[in-house]
Amino acid sequence: MPGSDKETDLTERIEAFLSELKRGGCGTGPLRGSSETARETTALLRRITAQARWSSAGDLMEIIRKEGRRMTAAQPSETTVGNMVRRVLKIIREEYARSRGSSEEADQQESLHKLLTSGGLSEENFRQHFAPLKANVIEAINELLTELEGTTDNIAMQALEHIHSNEVIMTIGRSRTVEAFLKDAARKRKFHVIVAECAPFCQGHEMATSLSKAGIETTVIADAGIFAVMSRVNKVIIGTQTVLANGGLRAVNGTHTLALAAKHHSTPLIICAPMFKLSPQFPNEEDTFHKFVSPQEVLPFTEGEILSKVNVHCPVFDYVPPELITLFISNIGGHAPSYIYRLMSELYHPEDHEL
Amino acid sequence: MADSEVTDQSGPKDGIERAKNEGKELTKEEKQRLRKEKKQQKKGKEKKDDKAPKESQKEKPPAAAAQPSTQPSTQPSTQAPSQKVCSAVPAPAVAAAAAETTAAKEKPTKSKAELKAERRARQEADRASKQGKKGDGAQAAPAKSKAAPSELQPVVKRLPEHIQVDNPDVLKKLAKKLERQQTPENIADKKIPLRSDYGYKVSLFSHLHQYSRKAPLTQQLSIPSSVIHPAIVRLGLQYSQGIVAGSNARSVALLHAFKQVIRDYTTPPNEELSRDLVNKLKPYISFLNQCRPLSASMGNAIKYIKKEISNIPNQCKDKEAKNKLLNCIDCYINEKIVLAAKAIAKYAIEKISDGDVILVYGCSSLVNNILCEAFEKNRKFRVIVVDSRPRLEGREALRRLVQRGIRCTYVLISAVSYILPEVSKVFLGAHALLANGYVMSRVGTSQIALVAKAFNVPVLVCCETYKFCERVQTDSFVSNELDDPDDLIVTRKGKTQLENWQDVELLGLLNLVYDVTPPDFVDLVITDLGMIPCTSVPVVLRVKNVDM
Repeated sequence: MPGSDKETDLTERIEAFLSELKRGGCGTGPLRGSSETARETTALLRRITAQARWSSAGDLMEIIRKEGRRMTAAQPSETTVGNMVRRVLKIIREEYARSRGSSEEADQQESLHKLLTSGGLSEENFRQHFAPLKANVIEAINELLTELEGTTDNIAMQALEHIHSNEVIMTIGRSRTVEAFLKDAARKRKFHVIVAECAPFCQGHEMATSLSKAGIETTVIADAGIFAVMSRVNKVIIGTQTVLANGGLRAVNGTHTLALAAKHHSTPLIICAPMFKLSPQFPNEEDTFHKFVSPQEVLPFTEGEILSKVNVHCPVFDYVPPELITLFISNIGGHAPSYIYRLMSELYHPEDHEL
Repeated sequence: MADSEVTDQSGPKDGIERAKNEGKELTKEEKQRLRKEKKQQKKGKEKKDDKAPKESQKEKPPAAAAQPSTQPSTQPSTQAPSQKVCSAVPAPAVAAAAAETTAAKEKPTKSKAELKAERRARQEADRASKQGKKGDGAQAAPAKSKAAPSELQPVVKRLPEHIQVDNPDVLKKLAKKLERQQTPENIADKKIPLRSDYGYKVSLFSHLHQYSRKAPLTQQLSIPSSVIHPAIVRLGLQYSQGIVAGSNARSVALLHAFKQVIRDYTTPPNEELSRDLVNKLKPYISFLNQCRPLSASMGNAIKYIKKEISNIPNQCKDKEAKNKLLNCIDCYINEKIVLAAKAIAKYAIEKISDGDVILVYGCSSLVNNILCEAFEKNRKFRVIVVDSRPRLEGREALRRLVQRGIRCTYVLISAVSYILPEVSKVFLGAHALLANGYVMSRVGTSQIALVAKAFNVPVLVCCETYKFCERVQTDSFVSNELDDPDDLIVTRKGKTQLENWQDVELLGLLNLVYDVTPPDFVDLVITDLGMIPCTSVPVVLRVKNVDM
């Protein structure tokens, strides 16, 4: 029967996606970049919307929430998955509200006035059936996909506004967004880039070779030299894994040191992060914030005699508080860290913060 | 008649002098005058009889030159001392002129008075040039400016050559100096070799040397064994390969090698031990500098030895003198390194309490000693060892501590902001303490101090007083050491990203060895004299200088 074929096909795809997520969790960075993960997640959600059986918006949201929980559980550090799920949920709410004819704005805002006048929780069941809802939702998800495809280019287009000539720019590790950003600026301006290699994975080496091949003068330094050379650096431009709800970052380890050194020398710290990295999480959950990989990267098995007597830690991420950040550059423009909460309210619905 | 001749001649000369010297520094003009005076002195000694009128003529230019010197002195009105000096200069010039008028009568006495006046003028010129230089800013000064031993006199230092690699004149001078430093019986081609730089240097550091460690030193240079003692050659090789590393280890190895040199030394006939031995040591020190730039502690040790050698009385017999020197060196090692370590450990143990979590960076022999002693005194603490690429010295410290049975944790420097909330104290070692309170230590130390400050964790630096240095420095660029850039290359999962970095012309690797930590990051410095704040370093230096 065609229906069950579609269903099995769908579940297969979801399983394949989950297993890829689980496998890609080694510390060297995911097997694919975050933007690819975001795109794949969105494509998968579109497929679920198209092929799963649902009659009302509420059912669809339930299905997506369930799948979203499974996906985030597969790889908790890959927050783009959860972000995309929340975006799609918000799209569904919007389309539903539009079909019903009421404006979304009024429903969204949790103002004191609303709390007083509404008298209790508003009953928003999402039970009504609208025929064109499916088509509308799929169309909106397609728009989301086009937006995702253009994020890196949108960010790179802003490069010339931020980089002048003869600058010394510092970066850490490897970020595809920052790479595109710097290569775009290098077409018109001449500047010098210092890359901190970011042990133990040393992804900075790859970044440096790629930048130098694009015609940018690059220098690789060890992590220990970050403070030593910071006095000659004009700007620090880095990427991040996640932007947290308070404007802080969850970035690759070593970034907090870099941010502190930049603050000490009053060097501006610029984060190139597309909107899909914005996550409604806060940094308070200690046990879920950090991710560790095999200590073999730090103390290899060749040091056998002492290995058993020593604790070795190899965290992958660092928390950077928002006070150390100067500017966020995203695909919709530049923002201060204090503005992030506002962007969050536009992207996600407060009830979706907990999937 | 003679006078009118003289005035005619001096007129145009005066004008030329004035024109030349207007707007120029006091120094150049003085130099010209001194050169002229020297020329006259020579001629005056050779041909006294015929040159009398000519001499008197040449006496005029110094007088004339003394007058334009008042001109530049009026321009910078702030240079009050130079004004005083200039007013003093015409006085001896006048005296010279006065001497000159009696010149025609008595030739031998005239030359004596002239010489005296010239000498006085030269002294004044020296002092003027020194004051002038102080106003203009210190340059690579000529050897003439010797600082008078008064405390407030500015000391014009020569820039060390190892931070002037980008100046080709300095490199040529060094090559010549190495050639010259030979024992007299040597043939011209046996000289101390000059080591060549390796690889592309980052432009910010083009003033420093960058050597490669892969090819051993003996393949790169031909070291003549008759010029350099074999113990020194061995030491140089150990330095260049990194076999002997660490400030204390290098100093102790140096002192032991010098002891061997002293034992094998015999005073050549017609020479004094106190002067000849110092000259013998100079080529060794140049060679060691080529192998690896000298550290501050090594510099202080060498100063001490040279002082001891030159203080040996002339009547002393060879054997006695040598024994005395060997004893001095042993005393130095014992006092400044071994006993100092014990004293520092005693003070530091007071700062370690039970339940402490102590963070250390890299491998500092002093800090390791402190931790082992504290453990022996039954303090309960655990240690976090932070390490960094590419040297990975922390592993050595880890091995030593684990062997003693201390509980350790090991992380890389990029994880330091993860681990720091657990830490209660940070103990750091130092390579040198600079006179402006900055701590010069292994690269990465300033980072650790920075992050510790952000988390409000106290930072304690442990350093012996013999590592205190008179230099001042505010950043890690002007004086540093560049290590082999190939050390940064790493192979992960079968791929070596930076393998052919030399072929990519826009790519550079930077492997720094030292960095400086500002004094506001450091809470306490523990020395053998006690526990002092970072800013008291110049006080200790002053006290030491007075003692010495």
